[in-house]
Amino acid sequence: MAEEKKTTRKKIQAADKMNKIMADYFHGLNEAATTGKRKVAWCTSVGPAELLRAMDFDVYFPENHSAMLGATRMSTDLIPAANAIGYSPDICSYLTADIGAYLKGITPLVKAYPGILSVPKPDVLVYNTNQCRDVQDWFAWYSKKFDVPSIGVTSPKNVDDVTDAHIDDVALQIQALIPTLEGIAGVKLDMDRLRETVSLSRECTELWKRVLETAMASPAPLTFYDGTIHMAPAVVLRGTQTAIDYYELLLAELEQRTRDGVAAVEGESARIYWEGMPVWGRLRQHSELFAGLKAAVLASTYCSSWIFPSFDGNDPIRSMAKAYLELFIVRSERYKERYIKEMLEKFRIDGIIYHDAKTCPYNSNSRYGLPGRVEADTGVPSLVLSGDLNDLRCVSDEQTKTNVEAFIEQIAEGR
Amino acid sequence: MSTPVFIGLDIGSSRVKVAAIDARRRLLGNAVRKSGTDFAATAEACLDESLGMAGVPRDAIVHAISTGYGRTNVAFVTAQSKTEIGCLSRWGRDHFHGAITIIDIGGQDNKVIQLDQDGRRASFKMNRKCAAGTGAFLEEMSQRLDIPLEAMDALARQSREMVKLGSYCTVFTATEVLENIRHGKKVPDIVKGLFYSVVKRVIEMDSHAGRVVMTGGVVAHNPYIVEMAGEMAGRPVVLPEFPQLAGAIGAALYALDEADPNRIETNIPAGETHG
Repeated sequence: MAEEKKTTRKKIQAADKMNKIMADYFHGLNEAATTGKRKVAWCTSVGPAELLRAMDFDVYFPENHSAMLGATRMSTDLIPAANAIGYSPDICSYLTADIGAYLKGITPLVKAYPGILSVPKPDVLVYNTNQCRDVQDWFAWYSKKFDVPSIGVTSPKNVDDVTDAHIDDVALQIQALIPTLEGIAGVKLDMDRLRETVSLSRECTELWKRVLETAMASPAPLTFYDGTIHMAPAVVLRGTQTAIDYYELLLAELEQRTRDGVAAVEGESARIYWEGMPVWGRLRQHSELFAGLKAAVLASTYCSSWIFPSFDGNDPIRSMAKAYLELFIVRSERYKERYIKEMLEKFRIDGIIYHDAKTCPYNSNSRYGLPGRVEADTGVPSLVLSGDLNDLRCVSDEQTKTNVEAFIEQIAEGR
Repeated sequence: MSTPVFIGLDIGSSRVKVAAIDARRRLLGNAVRKSGTDFAATAEACLDESLGMAGVPRDAIVHAISTGYGRTNVAFVTAQSKTEIGCLSRWGRDHFHGAITIIDIGGQDNKVIQLDQDGRRASFKMNRKCAAGTGAFLEEMSQRLDIPLEAMDALARQSREMVKLGSYCTVFTATEVLENIRHGKKVPDIVKGLFYSVVKRVIEMDSHAGRVVMTGGVVAHNPYIVEMAGEMAGRPVVLPEFPQLAGAIGAALYALDEADPNRIETNIPAGETHG
């Protein structure tokens, strides 16, 4: 019998430290919510977290929770519960998995962090629709459920160049949130504190960028699959010293790997770019599939989306507005095309894979002809994989495997 | 001494196909059987049948390579398996000069593969997870209409007024078919409508550079689909001699590539392989 080879990527030692940080983070949130010692704000992943931290909220990110539901393969069983109350299986499966989990009283936090019994009850929900409209609808449901306000920023979309007019718009919306948040927090916003928080976010983001850029080395010391795990502090602890300390540690380990010529994927022979959302319930399988083919998926738009070069402590609110607007997902096709081409060149990519996620149109960039245009200009072959971030009913493992194997064959034969 | 042979095993979701070729890339033996539930046993039976047709014993096998959904389920391969996309490309490169587009309609999925002027794979696309437009779709519909699969081609050719089916998915199409039966539409017109929907789905998957060639079990048994594809594409579409064996022959060609070069006759012009 022809054996299917299982190859895993090399473990990153800093992961143990990260696990501790994440445990502290969730226990802290749990304590805040259960004792009332601190207020809890739920925030979208690129929402105004800096503002919330500066006002001493403990900040919880439902998208992070949904990714956990996906990674633990719980989501597919939970999504139907949300479908049953009217949330279509065609809308964001982060939303449906998360609401489904709440309806069923289930959370992976219980198993991962003993002592925690539920997600932390919010005092306020704060969104930014820079990613998609779904986050607003998602928070609207919880707003009713918990009887707490849901406030936020409705962002411009399909932005080509970010102009002062765009920044003015979002900055004014951020400012408009302050009185409500002050009322809930019971404190006035301290601008010095906000400046400091934004500066910490900037520092975190720069370190995260350097972490990801270590994959420019050949062989790459980390993969996209490492990135999806190690990005957690950049998502949930942006604006804290804890995140900065962690990325200094991780960066040192990866730089040492590069000096030692250590490859994340042994015998790296193809360098792949991943465009779109991860398939959370298939992280390990995909990692093993690529590693078995000696292909390193080493760069992605997704992990790079938590790089915000515009954060500036000297001008906190406007720089927050600018940073939230410069996000890839907010931008026009023209910008996205240019960005991807630059990434392909920067990381010396042999092939790009676009994940067309059934329930995430905003993060599926293969639907308006972009792969063909990028391939025509760069000569870098592309592949579109149909799947989903959280709804495994939309994922065909065998088709994924055949497509990926054929793609890597094609790259090898094209040399 | 027996003629050395090179074996390709295409373990598909619906059928197992085996091809045995010699060092001159001639097809000496082949077999096609329903895959069933025991891929390994079916592959063994197909292998024996192919070797029997070739008139050679087992030890004449120099290399054997598998492809298809069950490619890891067979015991007697001698080198790493290849994807069916790779094998179809390998077959296309051997069999045609210049740029071609291969449209393969299989039991479970469709593939559109572009080969450039030099026979290199430029790109490929598979259908999405949905089975509409595949062999499975026609199998489902033949059951619904209670007509044998093998009768569909002749029925479609009898059509005078094709029924247009607009649905995107197999389940909805089945409902549409039932509706048409209720409205008294003739079976040949419905079957042609089903063929039309298959052709439309595969033609729309990608653009077509160079000559267009169709392969797979569906077109092997329903050549009218190829004629309809030609009409729709506005250009002739090639139906090769053994369309269902293309992937297996491609795997056999890979097996030949793996073999000791001293045992292989080279400098054979492209297109000489009979298959």
